Amino acid sequence: MVRKNELEGVNKEVYKTDWQWQEGEYTVTRTNMWTAPGCHNGCSVLYYSKDGKVEKVEGDPLSPYNQGRLCMRCLDYAETANHPDRLKYPLKRAGERGENKWERISWDEAYDIIVEQVRAIQRDFGPESIVSMQGTGRNICWQTPYLSYSAFGSPNFVLGFLSGDACYLPRTTIGHCFMGDFMVADISQHLERRMEDPEYVLPEYLLIVGNNPLISNGDGFFGHWVVDAMKEGTKLITLDPSCTWLASKSEHWLRVRPGTDAAVILAMLNVIINEDLYDHDFVENWCDGFEELKERVQEYPPAKAAEIAWITPEEIIEAARAFAKGNPSAIQWGLKVDQTVCGIPLAHGLLSMAAICGDIDVPGGCMIPRCAYDISDSYGCGLWNVPEDMMMKMLGVETSPLHALGFDPTANGDTVLQAIETDEPYPIKMLFIQSTNPIANMAADAPRVYRAMRKVPFNVVVDVFMTPTAVACADVVLPCGMSSERNSGRVWWWPLRSIVKVSDYYECKSDEQIILELGKRLNPDLFPWKDDIELMTWWVQSGNRFHAGWPAKTDETFQELVEKVIDWPEDWAYRKYEKGMLRDDGEPGFNTNTGKCELYLTLFEAWGFDPLPYYEEPPESPYSTPELVKEYPLVLTTGARTWEYFHSEERQVPRLRESHPDPLTDLHPELAAEIGVREGDWVWVENMRGKCKQRVRLNASLHPKVVRSEHGWWFPEQEAAEPNLYGVFDSNINNLTVQGVTGPTLYGAPYANQICKVYPVTPENDCSPSEIVTSKGGF
Amino acid sequence: MATKYGLLIDYEWCTGCHSCETACKVELDLKTGDFGIKLFAEGPKLYPNGKYEYLYLPVPTSLCNLCEERVAAGKLPTCVHHCQSACMSYGPVEELAKKAAGKPKTALFVPR
Repeated sequence: MVRKNELEGVNKEVYKTDWQWQEGEYTVTRTNMWTAPGCHNGCSVLYYSKDGKVEKVEGDPLSPYNQGRLCMRCLDYAETANHPDRLKYPLKRAGERGENKWERISWDEAYDIIVEQVRAIQRDFGPESIVSMQGTGRNICWQTPYLSYSAFGSPNFVLGFLSGDACYLPRTTIGHCFMGDFMVADISQHLERRMEDPEYVLPEYLLIVGNNPLISNGDGFFGHWVVDAMKEGTKLITLDPSCTWLASKSEHWLRVRPGTDAAVILAMLNVIINEDLYDHDFVENWCDGFEELKERVQEYPPAKAAEIAWITPEEIIEAARAFAKGNPSAIQWGLKVDQTVCGIPLAHGLLSMAAICGDIDVPGGCMIPRCAYDISDSYGCGLWNVPEDMMMKMLGVETSPLHALGFDPTANGDTVLQAIETDEPYPIKMLFIQSTNPIANMAADAPRVYRAMRKVPFNVVVDVFMTPTAVACADVVLPCGMSSERNSGRVWWWPLRSIVKVSDYYECKSDEQIILELGKRLNPDLFPWKDDIELMTWWVQSGNRFHAGWPAKTDETFQELVEKVIDWPEDWAYRKYEKGMLRDDGEPGFNTNTGKCELYLTLFEAWGFDPLPYYEEPPESPYSTPELVKEYPLVLTTGARTWEYFHSEERQVPRLRESHPDPLTDLHPELAAEIGVREGDWVWVENMRGKCKQRVRLNASLHPKVVRSEHGWWFPEQEAAEPNLYGVFDSNINNLTVQGVTGPTLYGAPYANQICKVYPVTPENDCSPSEIVTSKGGF
Repeated sequence: MATKYGLLIDYEWCTGCHSCETACKVELDLKTGDFGIKLFAEGPKLYPNGKYEYLYLPVPTSLCNLCEERVAAGKLPTCVHHCQSACMSYGPVEELAKKAAGKPKTALFVPR
């Protein structure tokens, strides 16, 4: 029911512009949804609640954001939110770690235990020995960092054990070096009137690389906006090892070997430059280092890249010509860009392509997005409270100047893991684990991370359900509220959206309440807010792009936002580089040393990194490890998203699990025939580090030597106690991935370009990988 | 004869997101295994023209009542309301048939 104008055709007798009204027995609340369930969106919803309980969730047809549409997870919200297995009370571990024995305690007791531990660690080891972490796409992006920096006093906030920070951060970091900003495909999402806005121009071509946006919705981008654009005439160029629905609809689908996208993008740059298809005007006025880039791409003729990527040179040439011809063209890039050791140079290549084709920050191009009112919805929230000498203790800073400069102010997961294992450069004594389930989800080499987390003396888990991570290593578990149980908000990017509390679940508290109440006990000066409402008003008013904490861009209160539901600031603009809107000094240009898009990165030159984009073969591949490939002849990509689940969430929700009951590995029919398996059979996927079992789904669009396995699987219906631990290692594809192998900047890791072998599970070889990891010393 | 109503699905754009299925299950409070509308898939499959085809089509079952309560209250059927591709429409069968005649890859369902 997408309309170009959001008010057209909506029955205003039924769908009102008020924020709340009564409809029969239901109170209807117009607000927005974000966490739990986790997501990268923040869609506008209508809660239908009764007696303090949400019974139904629908999409708000008056919202220009999702225009009434919703995915399975929000539609089925009531089933998740009212699930009997949800955590209901704070818990203290009663047995040994892994036994799943707990004692119910009060919030005061829980806070007292945490405060006592924090104070002792601060005194005996220093605040840096406390590491806080969170999962992706949860509404704690600024909350957990603020707690870490301001209450614990530690610079070590980290994205779980995500090796190479290989999700989003490689792209944002290189974006900052390249032009001082990030880019997102523009499908009119910053315009209240959407495609009806006279300033908007539809992309002629949309290049999709490293994601399936329909399902993943990454980077605050509602994936089905792509379909909206396609209906209006946008054509697609897709790089994907599998023929996704979008790939099947693409004018150009390049079936790249996993991990080789950078070679293809460099060859596309080669074609665009050598055939003189670039935007001379933009290159001359707004780019720096074109000659150096031109020289570099001569090393990547299409024939060479085609051989690397297992495609044809013609496919690369035609895709390059199409992209360059588009006026404008846009790029929707995603996670898999980050998940190679050359994630940084790949992202650099994509930024360069957007720039030399003149597509940066034009309507319908690669827009430089903004968070509404420049609200600091970032991992740097509260960083100003950390003294400089403490900042230098952030794990990862010594190895990578990018971390030191705080471009993306997080510690590095690989370095945190090493610190836990070796006590170097200092021991880690506490993990504060907020809405993340690393051993089930993002931790590469999950068994290694399991052992490390067990070694840390004191761990707190905050989550919605009991998880394998909590059972394995938590000492205190705090139950947090889902989206309808919290007063919060959403930017990332535009517009500003309210998240308002309409229900309660037992003793659950919101993440905002938890950080506030804990912060007040530890460092009251930095937590001056009376309650979560006051805290949220501070957040709404906190925005200032260059100086967090400086004068606000809005004086709106949280209560005013609740009544507005969605707030579109008036200062959105395209071509911000022409208008002096990107730089601290207010001058035109980009926020870099040269004031231009740095095709040749001056900062990288200074730091001794390669200042130009390049391709590097995955560290384990048919070409880089020919000996290993004799045993493990297949290329493994992991982590394709599913409609039903956000990462490791929702496996206990009946309607969602029914739709996707088992972990799936895609095999080409020829490969399946060769190893003697059929659709639905269980197979072992195995390499040098470990193995897991998943069920076969035949996929004739794959290269016969490419295997595609899901991530995030655990089994809430199974025994929680060890050795089984909810079966968390049974189907865990991260038994096969690796920690500590990253690009030279520490960004980018090879999650999605591994090697493996696949063979049937038989009664003779069947076993429990979970038992192997938890009680038999590992693979 | 009373006007017949139906669902028109422009399956050129159905992405297989399952939102129609889930919305329907919530609306009709269906138990596991029951569907008021069920998604079918074909592909990705290589066709002789050298292109892959990847098709989805949701089919209403006997449990579909075209959301009579919602419609009476001035709302759209929940599958139409929530379809992420906005590829479903609801209306009098005759009107939908005219739309279908002008649009390849459409399916018109008259569930009851």
